Amino acid sequence: MDYSQFLAMRQELGVLIVFLLVFLYDTFMPKKALNATAGFTAILFLLFTVASFVWGNVGTVDAFSGMYSTSPVCSMIKNILNVGVLIVLIQSVRWTNGELMTVRRGEFYELLLVTLFGMYLMISARHFLLFVIGLESASLPLAAMVAMDKNRYESHEAAIKYILTAVFSSAIFMMGLSFVYGLAGSLYFNDIALQLGTQADTLLVVALAFVISGVGFKLSLVPFHLWTADVYQGAPTSVTSYLSVISKGAAAFAFLVILVQVFGQFYSAAWEWMLYALIIVTITVGNLFAIRQKNMKRFLAFSSISQAGYIMLGIVGCNEMGLAAMMYYILVYIFSNLAAFGVIGAIENQTGKVDMTDYNGLSRSNPWLAFAMMLAMFSLAGIPPFAGFFSKFFIFTSAINQGSTAIYILVLIALINTIASLYYYLLVVKAMYISPEEPQIPAFRSACSERLGMWICVAGVIALGIVSFFYNSIIEAAAGSNLFAFIG
Amino acid sequence: MFSNILIYFVIIPLLMLAGFALCRNDKQIRAVAVTGSIALMALSAWLLVDYLALRKAGETAEMLYTGSWEWFGPLNICLAVGVDGVSIAMLILSSIIVFAGSFASWKIDNARHFFMWLLLLSTGVFGFFITVDLFTMFMFYEVALIPMYLLIGQWGTGRKEYSAMKLTLMLMGGSAFLMLSLIGIYYHSAPEGGQLTWNILEISQNASISKDWQYFLFPMCFVGFGVLGAMFPFHTWSPDGHACAPTAVSMLHAGVLMKLGGYGCFRVAMYLMPEAANDLAWIFLILTGVSVVYGAFSACVQTDLKYINAYSSVSHCGMVLFAILMINTTALTGAIMQMLSHGLMTALFFALIGMIYGRTHTRDIRLMGGLMKIMPFLGVGYVIAGMASLGLPGLSGFVAEMTIFVGSFEHADMFHRTFTVIACSSIVITAVYILRVVGKLLFGPVQDEHHLQLTDATWWERLSVITLIVSVAAIGCFPNFFESLIKFTFSPEIFRAIGL
Repeated sequence: MDYSQFLAMRQELGVLIVFLLVFLYDTFMPKKALNATAGFTAILFLLFTVASFVWGNVGTVDAFSGMYSTSPVCSMIKNILNVGVLIVLIQSVRWTNGELMTVRRGEFYELLLVTLFGMYLMISARHFLLFVIGLESASLPLAAMVAMDKNRYESHEAAIKYILTAVFSSAIFMMGLSFVYGLAGSLYFNDIALQLGTQADTLLVVALAFVISGVGFKLSLVPFHLWTADVYQGAPTSVTSYLSVISKGAAAFAFLVILVQVFGQFYSAAWEWMLYALIIVTITVGNLFAIRQKNMKRFLAFSSISQAGYIMLGIVGCNEMGLAAMMYYILVYIFSNLAAFGVIGAIENQTGKVDMTDYNGLSRSNPWLAFAMMLAMFSLAGIPPFAGFFSKFFIFTSAINQGSTAIYILVLIALINTIASLYYYLLVVKAMYISPEEPQIPAFRSACSERLGMWICVAGVIALGIVSFFYNSIIEAAAGSNLFAFIG
Repeated sequence: MFSNILIYFVIIPLLMLAGFALCRNDKQIRAVAVTGSIALMALSAWLLVDYLALRKAGETAEMLYTGSWEWFGPLNICLAVGVDGVSIAMLILSSIIVFAGSFASWKIDNARHFFMWLLLLSTGVFGFFITVDLFTMFMFYEVALIPMYLLIGQWGTGRKEYSAMKLTLMLMGGSAFLMLSLIGIYYHSAPEGGQLTWNILEISQNASISKDWQYFLFPMCFVGFGVLGAMFPFHTWSPDGHACAPTAVSMLHAGVLMKLGGYGCFRVAMYLMPEAANDLAWIFLILTGVSVVYGAFSACVQTDLKYINAYSSVSHCGMVLFAILMINTTALTGAIMQMLSHGLMTALFFALIGMIYGRTHTRDIRLMGGLMKIMPFLGVGYVIAGMASLGLPGLSGFVAEMTIFVGSFEHADMFHRTFTVIACSSIVITAVYILRVVGKLLFGPVQDEHHLQLTDATWWERLSVITLIVSVAAIGCFPNFFESLIKFTFSPEIFRAIGL
């Protein structure tokens, strides 16, 4: 065996190294030094992120006889996730240093890094065995993270819900895989694509439906979304933000890879319409339910469901442009959503309040928090000049590139849905800026780490759109990808 | 990039935004607002003079001062700018109204945030008028919409939360259709295999949008912009929004923002898809004809001063779209004149209403009367605005409406003639509601003893009102000058495909 193949996995190895160092630090350092675990992890991860930007890209390499593959796009999406994880780490410092978490904070970081490793495998796997390992190691530790708030009842409930749905959906996914294996006799993505031919028989459609539902769970697409709101509400805010952006971003990319690489030739025969239906239902249901939410975390849960629908629009185009638009959307979504969760987390840590009515008059007591929240809401709603506008515009443009009349109708439905989403995002702005009531939340100064996290997010929300460098470099990476060879 | 004069229409407002952020007290904020808006006025005046000089020297390009800087290369999105006479007219209008609006909100609460949002709105407006790139245009268009929500919500009066939400959602609903149609235009902007482009000038040169696609895209584009132009039945945001907005916002919104709708219909929908415009014009002619008459009738029965004026705006802005749909040089000239004229006079109205409301604390005309004796300056201003609105010769309204109706009557068929006659009747109805208000509000008996103690306009209010009156009179007295400014735009190019 050629051990140099491991060098192609350098980003995965990097995460493992960070994980091991954090584990060793947590296990062997004296008790006093443990207070610095959060900072240690954040700095270590920052170094890893920078290194991954500089040395992570090894070009297009298929390692381990095609089981694992990396390309500029894969390394780009991993870097994007890294940036998100870094922000989550910064934002969670205050929470992990709290009284409740003192004995568990090492575990939080270790589990987080393990799930990130799993997501990396999901992105780069070109064999279903490796993919399932990635999927499981990205899902199961998350249940433990959701249950981190040991003393809160909702946290347990959320964890149970999460683990049961995760296991159930994995089972469905593997059922689908067994069908695929029966049809193609291989679990390598490329082999399956070659073996299946171009004739879509019924068994294949069933298998496809099972696979889509399995991954749809991770993405919380409707109708596989039922766990989302409860888990988001029950989980500690840092875990929720991790779940809502990083986990979703990785799953979206992996979903695209599976659909176009394994089932690419059945695009118009089998899954085009499934995808359309999923997108429409996801966006619409997510929006309609978000309108009635009073708890900010539940509210963002439904908002993130509908955002997942928009992310899926990047797949329907089935070309490099759609891939780039999707990755850009994920990047922007990471920053916008983390800005919102940063504010929610800061307020929750300080006062324990998470209801929308608590935010009444926030602009008068905490103008900067309100400002960050407003930018996040505008960006999520797709208002220029914030980044969300650009990402929405590009994802619609890339979807319409496909050119059929159906796609125009699909995009029109998605666009009309943005109006509904604007309504509920504006409700938050209204509570903070327009509601005449006395502020419910007293003026306070948030912790350094929280402010740093928020500044990064706000800067990202403003700069990611106007500065075209980010989009241009993503599309440059996507242009060389060989993912779409089988589209027919 | 910075050698192009047009860029400064965006840079100055942005600098003003930064200036407001640094200001310490209201005095400094006013200083920044006044300096900035004077700079904008000077810039647009200089642009006007230079533009005319260039035209005189024999420039025949469709747009002058063009420039294009790549932004999102892979999608061929550029920051492309360029102006012709119509855009210059709109830039002048905007800068005058920003100037007058700054003076009209001299004593606003929480001035820093108010002016920051107002200037963000203005950035969008100026940006929209200078760009010729569909993406950038759409971006500036939406930049101009969203500050309205906070401006009305925070500084408004009455049912402000409801109105602000209604206005924002309806306008954004329009822009959803607009976005789809713009993307559609992009994908048909070049012949098969050619480089797709967002640039309006190139798209119109390529003329590669097939007729079927035009039929699909034109209605969405026209409705998208038409919502902002208060086209029936999508006008309902306008009365509520204008009535609840603070003075300067009503001025800017009715004066400039609604013109974005008309300008967009003309510049994008008609310019890029002339065949569909010609074939489908009748549908929208009916709708805009309804707006013209319906708006005027609605204004007759309102008792709130701002509602009266808001419905009158629906009527007058309907006239703009109505004239655009006539698709001939005379009517189009009239449409642009009407945009200028309505923008100035409605801003004047809203300024005066804001000043009267600031004193009497009511806008209900049944509770006021005899204000001419109490505040003669504001009274005279109101009469002048009213006269301009009902089309008195010598003021702007007459020039605009006259041109529109002459142009509309150039069509010899029954359909166009009928609708022209119907639209003409709105002049009479306008006279009814204007004279009713003037009579009741200014000359009737004094309704409230407390009103006798009220004072007349302060110097800053006078300055704001006089600026607008002078502009209204200037258009009315020198229509030829403005006509010569905008006429070059209607070169045969635009009618090329229609064959008129």
